[in-house]
Amino acid sequence: MTTSPITLADRIAAAPADASSLATQEYFVNMGPQHPSTHGVLRLLVKLDGETVREVIPVVGYIHRGIEKMGEYLTYRKFIHLSDRLDYLSAITNNWVVCMAVEKAAGIETNDRIQTIRTLCAELQRIQSHQLWWGVFGMDLGAFTAFLYGFRDREMVTDIFEETTGARLTMNYIQPGGLMYDIHPDFVKGVKKFIEYFKPKLAEYEQLVSGNVIIQARLRGIGVMSSESAISLGTTGPVLRGSGVEYDLRKTEPYGVYSKVQFDVPVGRIGDCWDRYWVRMEEMRQSIRIIEQLIDNIPEGKHMMIKPTAKIKLPEGLSYSQAETARGILGVLIVSDGSDKPYRIHLRSPNFNNLWSVTAMGPGLRIADLVAILSSIDIVVPDIDR
Amino acid sequence: MTGEDLVSVIMSIEARAKPREKCAMPSAMIPVDALPGFMRSMRDDPRLSFDMLCTHTAVDWLGENRFELVYVLYSTKHRHYVTVSTSIPRDKPEASSVSSIWRIAEWQEREVYDLMGVLYSGHPDLRRMFLEDDWVGFPLRKDYKDTFMLGLPE
Repeated sequence: MTTSPITLADRIAAAPADASSLATQEYFVNMGPQHPSTHGVLRLLVKLDGETVREVIPVVGYIHRGIEKMGEYLTYRKFIHLSDRLDYLSAITNNWVVCMAVEKAAGIETNDRIQTIRTLCAELQRIQSHQLWWGVFGMDLGAFTAFLYGFRDREMVTDIFEETTGARLTMNYIQPGGLMYDIHPDFVKGVKKFIEYFKPKLAEYEQLVSGNVIIQARLRGIGVMSSESAISLGTTGPVLRGSGVEYDLRKTEPYGVYSKVQFDVPVGRIGDCWDRYWVRMEEMRQSIRIIEQLIDNIPEGKHMMIKPTAKIKLPEGLSYSQAETARGILGVLIVSDGSDKPYRIHLRSPNFNNLWSVTAMGPGLRIADLVAILSSIDIVVPDIDR
Repeated sequence: MTGEDLVSVIMSIEARAKPREKCAMPSAMIPVDALPGFMRSMRDDPRLSFDMLCTHTAVDWLGENRFELVYVLYSTKHRHYVTVSTSIPRDKPEASSVSSIWRIAEWQEREVYDLMGVLYSGHPDLRRMFLEDDWVGFPLRKDYKDTFMLGLPE
């Protein structure tokens, strides 16, 4: 048997007309690549019957950069700079995953100070990412005010990162064996100030959006995904936990200093848009809890354990490492041939896998619900295209 | 279950399975013709219950004239991982699709087809993903060349 590939044109070829006089005509509508709710250049080809969605076909690749191919020509240290460009809202966590993979395979030791600062930055990043998601989520559902509030508060975290890492976006901070620089002298003060400021603001978020009648009506019971399908569809992060599966790498396979801090993993009950919304709101509170436990207890020590110029070579073989970013699990699969460059590097990105769940949740709903679903899975397109 | 126990349970399902050399986690290397049946028992066997396909990708071993297909599986029930790998000849890159076992496989296999040119029999929607329909060649192959590449691999 030969397997022959098809094209998009084959995919949307007209179905044979129904003989019944009651049959309605199905048609295709393009949502994107320039649609505000697709958050970048993502195109959804939606098959409609009236206003009811029959099928969703995601068309991706508008900003595909071939990061995996580029990785084969770059040393491990250089590749870390590309990892920022995956999910730019989890830049530091992405750096961390690649460094974790390299450190594990090459046997590079780190100290408690490095791990504590990494954990702190990852949690700050999670809050910042969820703030942006919350703002954009409100905007997608027609509440423009939320967007302004989310961005206003996000600015404080961005300033903290700017002080320490020198960048406001695509921060490149974590290096194999440590951190690029030590934290800024004002880092601890800045984080404490932000936590004090943000706690009451989080309550305000709930008053503004969560309790709103329209928001509730748009989210409750929409895009329900059972835990079985969420697992089979390969979702991770808040999307999977919204469907009631308690799978959070910070708890199940603790890395960094997560085993030393107290926090809960919020899970949803039925897996609708509201559950995914609620999980993220609760995650912000848990992140605050983690930061509060760590911020006064940053141990003393060096911020870099190896020479920044040292050549890093990985032993021959296959290794796989992963960590929990704001949107789910980012995995790095490295096949090394013993040299200082990977023979093959594969990135299991959270958004790429989460997007697939749209094809299962969309059918049967309306276009407006599709916008709510897209927002509730919180996609970042550069992470899908890579 | 420890890594060794896991591997011995896997061996009892498929006698031809053997651990992949130089792999940092529990692994199984199987012949490609065993793939669909083996993967189904990996999911359905209560001792294993690998209900999630974390990731699937391919490695181009140009010198050995083969593609290695790599599957990383996870069980949300037992909380264990395994790497399954299989080899297919480079000049006849065909394998069975596992999209009827895990729904995400349809999406991940399409990416591998697009960038590596592996043909999956039984895949419901095998077409280009990131690249255009009329693109020639498969960029992640080691011998891929095109005029847009800045530094041609020597």
